[in-house]
Amino acid sequence: MSTTDINTAPIVDEEELRYARAQKREKIGKWVLPVLVIALAIFFWDRIVVWNNIPHYLLPGPGLVLETLIQDWGMLSSALWVTVKITLAALAVAVIGGVGLAILFTQSRYFEMSFYPFAVILQVTPVVSIAPLIFIYVDSRLAGLLLCAWIVAFFPILSNTTLGLNSTDHNLRDLYKIYGATRWQRLRYLQLPTALPYFLGGLRIAGGLSLIGAVVAEYVAGTGGIGSGLAFRILEAGYRLNIPRMFAALLLIAATGVVIFTAASLLSHFLLHKWHESAIKRES
Amino acid sequence: MTLPSSIPPMGQREKLLEMSGVDKIFNGNVVALKDMNLTVNQGDFISLLGPSGCGKSTALRLISGLMRPTSGQIAWEGGMKTGDLGVVFQEPTLMPWATVEQNVWLPFRLRGKSMADVQDEIMWALKMVGLEKFQKSYPRELSGGMKMRVSIARSLVTEPRLILMDEPFAALDEITRHKLNNDLLELREKLKCTVIFVTHSVFESVFLSDRIVVMAARPGRVSSEVTVDAPYPRTEEFRTSADYAELCRKASDALHAAMNEHGARASA
Repeated sequence: MSTTDINTAPIVDEEELRYARAQKREKIGKWVLPVLVIALAIFFWDRIVVWNNIPHYLLPGPGLVLETLIQDWGMLSSALWVTVKITLAALAVAVIGGVGLAILFTQSRYFEMSFYPFAVILQVTPVVSIAPLIFIYVDSRLAGLLLCAWIVAFFPILSNTTLGLNSTDHNLRDLYKIYGATRWQRLRYLQLPTALPYFLGGLRIAGGLSLIGAVVAEYVAGTGGIGSGLAFRILEAGYRLNIPRMFAALLLIAATGVVIFTAASLLSHFLLHKWHESAIKRES
Repeated sequence: MTLPSSIPPMGQREKLLEMSGVDKIFNGNVVALKDMNLTVNQGDFISLLGPSGCGKSTALRLISGLMRPTSGQIAWEGGMKTGDLGVVFQEPTLMPWATVEQNVWLPFRLRGKSMADVQDEIMWALKMVGLEKFQKSYPRELSGGMKMRVSIARSLVTEPRLILMDEPFAALDEITRHKLNNDLLELREKLKCTVIFVTHSVFESVFLSDRIVVMAARPGRVSSEVTVDAPYPRTEEFRTSADYAELCRKASDALHAAMNEHGARASA
């Protein structure tokens, strides 16, 4: 007990250290917790199957699912490729169509009045109920699947982008007007950047929906023989009571969805992190 | 554009713009502005002072061309060309996705000039407001006062004949506000520019302007004009002088007279 003790005492006090520890815990927990929970879930899945002697045609264990995935990889991977192709193509068309329509809507109120109801009708009618008709009228099975997935995916992009294009700061609008901006300049330099965060929000939803649309459409389309996607493989495996293969295909669909969502989130972060509130990390 | 070496005294300035008999009526019955007559001369620093609803912002929007008068005329001496007008709003009104220099580039960009072509002008404008080191920053990285400076830099980058300011410092704290008042007067000395400044602060209007146009509400109209003949440059010393207090009282009396005009009418 002397004055030197006080002098060498750390500047950070107990509370600050506690805060720093809590921060560190949270940082680690952000990654470790979800991984841990998934690992635990898989572990208990496995244990429940083993402890209760559940036969594999009722509920296969995770090991068997993985085994099937590797064994049937040839067939499943080609099916995955078909599904991914349809999903991405539908998403691409949804982006082009959704953004294009949104721009037309904001350029002409009459156009919006005329065609917005169509967009809503397409959105609220369940795709499962339109799909059979589509497959009657559209010869190409691929085109039919694409159309179904597109119908589901394009609406969030359309409505979000329209909202974004109409959300420009009114003072900035005035400023553009005072400086004599043309309609095209206003769209290019003001409305599109304003709409970007809204569009990206729509893209994240549409990414998941286009996958759902592709899968649902394939269920409706039924047997397709060569060039079938994952949904058809699940149906087929179901008829044959090949439950492990159903799980394996399901796993691939879920993984595809996660990859699409992650990609959209990364794109969003990449485009917005410099300026938009949603992507900015704050102190405190 | 050649700037005069110094601003001539009031009464010897060339005419820049004239509003004659300007009325603005909204929806056919709401009179926002009634019979406004105002001659703006080159080098004037005019404040439009008045309570809310007196049409001061409407007057500004009419001059900027955002709205057309219901009747009457607004005529620019020698006609109005692009780049003749700079505007500063109450909010900084910056594009959050663009850097400071890109924001200042906007008036030129909309005229089809590339960034490289006008790099010097942009740097000059940023230097004028003391932000040359922040050209690559995004607006969110700046404080409220700095954002306002960017907004001012953008308004003067084209060296406009007239700058319109619509309560630009109303949302800022008093310390920042005083600083920006001083800086604005300094800028005006350097640029010899003409400013129309909307405010509801008597003190701000007296400190900044040489002409105060006092306006009254319901219907919005010009009530009187107060001349502030204190010489420029005005500094912090002026802000605490007896002259300043006297001028503030004069302007305040004029403002109260304008408000009572309305009161008398309302109770009648």
